[in-house]
Amino acid sequence: MTYLQAISDGLRQEMRRDKRVFVIGEDVGVYGGAFKVTLGFQEEFGPWRVIDAPLSETAIVGGCTGAAMMGMRPVAEMQFADFISCAWDHLVTVAAKQRWRAGTPVPITVRLPSGGGFSGGPFHSQNPESSFAHIPGLKVICPATPEDAKGLLATAIQDPNPCLYFEHKHLYRRLKAEVPDERYETPFGKARIHREGDDVSVITWGAMVHTADEAAQQLDGEGISVEIVDLRTLIPWDKQAVLQSVSKTSKVVVLHEDTLTGGFGGEIAATIAEEAFEDLDGPLKRIAAPDTPVPFSPVLEKAYLPQVEDVVAGIKEVVEY
Amino acid sequence: MATASAIDVVMPQMGVSVSEGTITKWLKQEGEPVAADESLLEISTDKVDTEVPSPGSGVVQQILVQEGETVEVGTKLAVIAPEGAAAEAPPQEAAPAPATQEAAAEALSPSSSEGETPAPQASPPAPQAPPPEPAPAQPAPSPAPAAAGDGNVGGDRTFVSPVVARIASEHGVDVNQVSGTGRGGRVTKKDILAFVEAGGQAEQPAAAAPPAPPEPAAPEAAAATQAAPPPPPPEPAPAAATAPPPPPAPAPPAAAPAPPPAAPAAPAPAAAPSQPGESYEPVTAMRRGIAEHMRRSLDTSAHVTSAIEVDMSKVVGLRKKLKKEYQASYGVNPTYLAFVARATVETLRDYPWINGELRGDQIVTRNHVNLGFAVELADGKGLIVPVVRNTEGLNLLGMARAISDIAVKARDKKLLPDDVQGGTFTITNPGGYGTFHGTPVISQPQAAILGTYAVVKRPWVITDDRGEDVIAIRPIMNLTLTYDHRLVDGALAGRFLRDLRAKLESWGESDY
Repeated sequence: MTYLQAISDGLRQEMRRDKRVFVIGEDVGVYGGAFKVTLGFQEEFGPWRVIDAPLSETAIVGGCTGAAMMGMRPVAEMQFADFISCAWDHLVTVAAKQRWRAGTPVPITVRLPSGGGFSGGPFHSQNPESSFAHIPGLKVICPATPEDAKGLLATAIQDPNPCLYFEHKHLYRRLKAEVPDERYETPFGKARIHREGDDVSVITWGAMVHTADEAAQQLDGEGISVEIVDLRTLIPWDKQAVLQSVSKTSKVVVLHEDTLTGGFGGEIAATIAEEAFEDLDGPLKRIAAPDTPVPFSPVLEKAYLPQVEDVVAGIKEVVEY
Repeated sequence: MATASAIDVVMPQMGVSVSEGTITKWLKQEGEPVAADESLLEISTDKVDTEVPSPGSGVVQQILVQEGETVEVGTKLAVIAPEGAAAEAPPQEAAPAPATQEAAAEALSPSSSEGETPAPQASPPAPQAPPPEPAPAQPAPSPAPAAAGDGNVGGDRTFVSPVVARIASEHGVDVNQVSGTGRGGRVTKKDILAFVEAGGQAEQPAAAAPPAPPEPAAPEAAAATQAAPPPPPPEPAPAAATAPPPPPAPAPPAAAPAPPPAAPAAPAPAAAPSQPGESYEPVTAMRRGIAEHMRRSLDTSAHVTSAIEVDMSKVVGLRKKLKKEYQASYGVNPTYLAFVARATVETLRDYPWINGELRGDQIVTRNHVNLGFAVELADGKGLIVPVVRNTEGLNLLGMARAISDIAVKARDKKLLPDDVQGGTFTITNPGGYGTFHGTPVISQPQAAILGTYAVVKRPWVITDDRGEDVIAIRPIMNLTLTYDHRLVDGALAGRFLRDLRAKLESWGESDY
């Protein structure tokens, strides 16, 4: 099952078992969504549970917030994660704070196709997860595997808080793996050790897990044993797993596709410095995209996104210190 | 020009077994003049605290090791610019004068002291003023790895990473003894773990000995290892060291409660997390030495204490008489301690084992008594046991004078390493504070230690001229003998105390 099918499958199962769940977004109905995640959903669940919305992210998230406060469990789709900025105010000012303000749960899930690697340019390739990780009240989910994609979506839909579900476009059809048929929930805040190793910890999430994995395979031949920690969710994030891995390897690379400055990697690096200082055997390294918009040009985009070679070089630098 | 070259001040060798010392105080600062043999700094080793005289006259050009740092013997501590050179060109901005320039350069980079022991672990907060070396034109992702890594700045100066520092302190390892495979020869976590695993522990014989923590040693294994303090690394040791000397229960060595094997020995990072209201100070070399010795002594000897009460009437009377004379003629105070010491030396003649030592398969006895006296240091933060040699040749006056001399030397930190070695028997005198009983710890490898306590007026049953019992007021002193029951039996100790009491109670005018 592909990563995309896993999302689709998980969403369908959730809608079948819970009548409060409905889908809203641009072209999610008749067209089946920009990436066909909801293909066939309208036939199965009808136009009232699979709603084609006008071209207004503000209206979609605003509507979801109201519906959630009235007891529904809306799942909104942004065609691209980049467009979420239009709904910033509803999400950040209302949805994220409602629980603290009035005690009302706001169980929204916003699906956010994110990430680059297909020459989508500056408006269709971003990974804005760290912007939302900074907002108290929101949860941030970044699945890296089909199995997690399905399980984390179920958890997100059932969570009483607004959840931003970043699904990586680059993984949609490239990634295939076994996924359990039955419904299951993958808990938030529990990292997954994607690969065990002794010499260096790579802390990452989303598509970069696979970039790190390729790098690790290369380095394995050179006698460098790489541990990859897939955070799975950034809010909440699994500090314990990270600190444990750091105490084992004492060397750290933090890798993400988002831009460097203010990226969530900085938070992880700071936490390691604060809580695992005496475990470190060298400076930590962050590998991330440079602080510019994502370029269109395939050549430039390749230079922009962290590539396997970049990760190999970064790991070596840290290990050889 | 190079006639007057800079003089190096190095960490002196203070006794055979001393391998490192801590700078406790610089008595001269950079830029201050200093004369040859004038005290330049104070150091503390695990044997003595002492002042180090300047090896030459001149101006303190640079201090390379800061107060509080511990370095190996032979490490360069400071540079003194000889008078001539210093006068014509003060340390820092000495542009033209080649001699001083050279000296300054040498001082600035510890690495260039080829002949010297490479300044180990050098001085992190050492002189700033990095040479105006143009940073290598390289994207240099972050300054840290560049500086420590490219080896063109620090030379043999080794950066110790946090995890390596922690492992080193947990295992009592001197990082400088580990060969590094990291960039620029840096000692990596793997290097030091391999070193520890290979059993390579720095000096510290027993104190920091517990082996690598990961494997929770089974109780038997621990007991079998040696008589040294048993497992889990940091916790028990400091606890035992700071606690008052435990009661003289015949502590069987290695009987320390084996930790429950379940104890997760993995997270060794020191004791409990800090609590509000606590404050911290580093353990001095002396305190570490005391802690180690106390623990080791209790783990070695079978401590037993016997006590006896002594009627000091005769001594008190004689002392009153002698005091004026001694002070007027010799400037010496005949203390009770001097009387007790004198009587002890006499009594030890008849009890060679109590002045002896259990050394392997041999029992050592001697024809001399080298008497150690426990002396508290002025700041109340330490104790040292200077030794008066050959006390069998001293009369009361000589004893009083010798005790007074070493006490002054100890408090002024003027003791030399030989002054604290070679004791055969020790007297400790906590009675000055009014205590009447105690169970001191034997100074290894001796067989016993005598405790003297306060002289107190007490109602005392004596026999009067008519042979009847009457109650008199008498100055009574308690004496304790804490002895190693492996060598000294209780009856022997009892007879020793009896004879010692008899000497003190019958002290006559002609007994000196």
